[in-house]
Amino acid sequence: MLDDFMIRAFVAGIGLAVVSAPLGCFVVWRRMAYFGEATAHAAMLGVALSLAIQTDVFIGALIFAIIMAWITTQLSGRNYAMDTLLGVFSHSFLAVGLVVVSFLTGVRIDLMAYLFGDILAVSEFDLGVIWTGAVVVLGLILWRWKPLFLSTFNEELSYASGFNPKREQLFLTIGLGITVAVSIKVVGVLLITAMLIIPAAAARNLARDPEMMVFAAAIVSCISVTIGLRGSYIFDTPPGPTIVCVTLFIFVVLNLVNSVRKLTL
Amino acid sequence: MNLITIDDLSISYGGVTALKNVSLTINSGEIVTIVGPNGSGKTSLLKAIIGAVTPVAGEIQIKSGLKVGYVPQRLNLDPTLPISVGRFMRLTEKITKKMCAVALEKAGLPKLMGKQMSQLSGGQLQRVLLARALLGSPQVLVLDEATQGLDQPGAANFYKQIEKLREETGCAVLMISHDLHVVMSASDRVICLNGHICCSGTPQSVVATPEYQELFGTGTDGALALYRHSHDHEHASPTSNSEAIS
Repeated sequence: MLDDFMIRAFVAGIGLAVVSAPLGCFVVWRRMAYFGEATAHAAMLGVALSLAIQTDVFIGALIFAIIMAWITTQLSGRNYAMDTLLGVFSHSFLAVGLVVVSFLTGVRIDLMAYLFGDILAVSEFDLGVIWTGAVVVLGLILWRWKPLFLSTFNEELSYASGFNPKREQLFLTIGLGITVAVSIKVVGVLLITAMLIIPAAAARNLARDPEMMVFAAAIVSCISVTIGLRGSYIFDTPPGPTIVCVTLFIFVVLNLVNSVRKLTL
Repeated sequence: MNLITIDDLSISYGGVTALKNVSLTINSGEIVTIVGPNGSGKTSLLKAIIGAVTPVAGEIQIKSGLKVGYVPQRLNLDPTLPISVGRFMRLTEKITKKMCAVALEKAGLPKLMGKQMSQLSGGQLQRVLLARALLGSPQVLVLDEATQGLDQPGAANFYKQIEKLREETGCAVLMISHDLHVVMSASDRVICLNGHICCSGTPQSVVATPEYQELFGTGTDGALALYRHSHDHEHASPTSNSEAIS
């Protein structure tokens, strides 16, 4: 039977699955796969500083994830490409974060817990944070859906229709920042990118229009969370990585099915 | 009457000047073509008109309520993005499927509604982009090298379609083009750009100017001349050469 902590883990996982589906689709469409990872790395500095001043890690992670999102959106396209800036800031923030942690005397923290997350240790407060974040980000995406979509096709087309693509990009990166911050405890920084990209990539095989792809990505995520948690309970494996393994399995199966279908047509 | 009036426009990126003291007007119903070598500021000029670039000096006046149809050079179409032609067409304009089908049929693309955007050929994509821009019944059509990726007959067809459009709807057309010899016959006015306006006027008069010949050769080589002569050329003072056209 499912224990209390398993139910909390499930509710947290579903919240993350629902919000990472639309974000993940945009990340894949806009070829920003590296962005989730970079934001997550940057958030580690926030985690370290939060621990230093003994506040909830969510606050620090959120602040640094959003700083990162803002810096890269503002600076990209001037002297450096987005890619380069992400590389500069994600690694620097991560390094500074680790150095800051080493200065914390008397505090022994297990940073690995934040790298890989611990979905089984989710508290009711964490659930509130995750679901609030999820609802805010989903609202943001629903509100900006059309301009976000248009600016994905072509920046000038977006300008000509009266939407500033830079602003839309900022909305998207802030959404990513919030998602990273709320999910740090659940799947950890290293696995966030996987939850963003793999379900969206898998869903591509099922969709003929963008909304359908978002919906399919959400379904893939939810199935992965459900099976992954159950599997980790039965086989006593780490839950975060198990969820990602299930997602990968779905990705591979859908691609194989799609290839076979194309061959037989 | 003037739809777009550009007065003494200058654009620079991080201190590097892309355009200097450009003045021009677009009148209703005319076809204006901008030619110039790579890096001459053609795209910057279009970007300024649609509001994608803020000029460092000068002014762009756009007639209030002017409907601009924009045809981009290409789309960042990632193959992972599933969208049908019909959906793409209806992204910005609130129109029915029926109207969309009619527009596609007029563009010579019947039965393409359900096809995925990523499966279109270069020529089909250009015509879809043009058809989309026309859905809003624009008074000015702005095209950024819209025939890139088309072969010569394809490009010639495309320009014929533009000319026909102007006759039918009376909309003005502002376009950038590389297809010099093709574009010349279709344009009312040609503006030769190289960081500033080198020369401008009717196609025949522009081709005859020394500035144009220095940039593009004598024109006997057609479009290829552009690539052989795409070096920057010197002027004593850029400002004195830019002229206001009315």
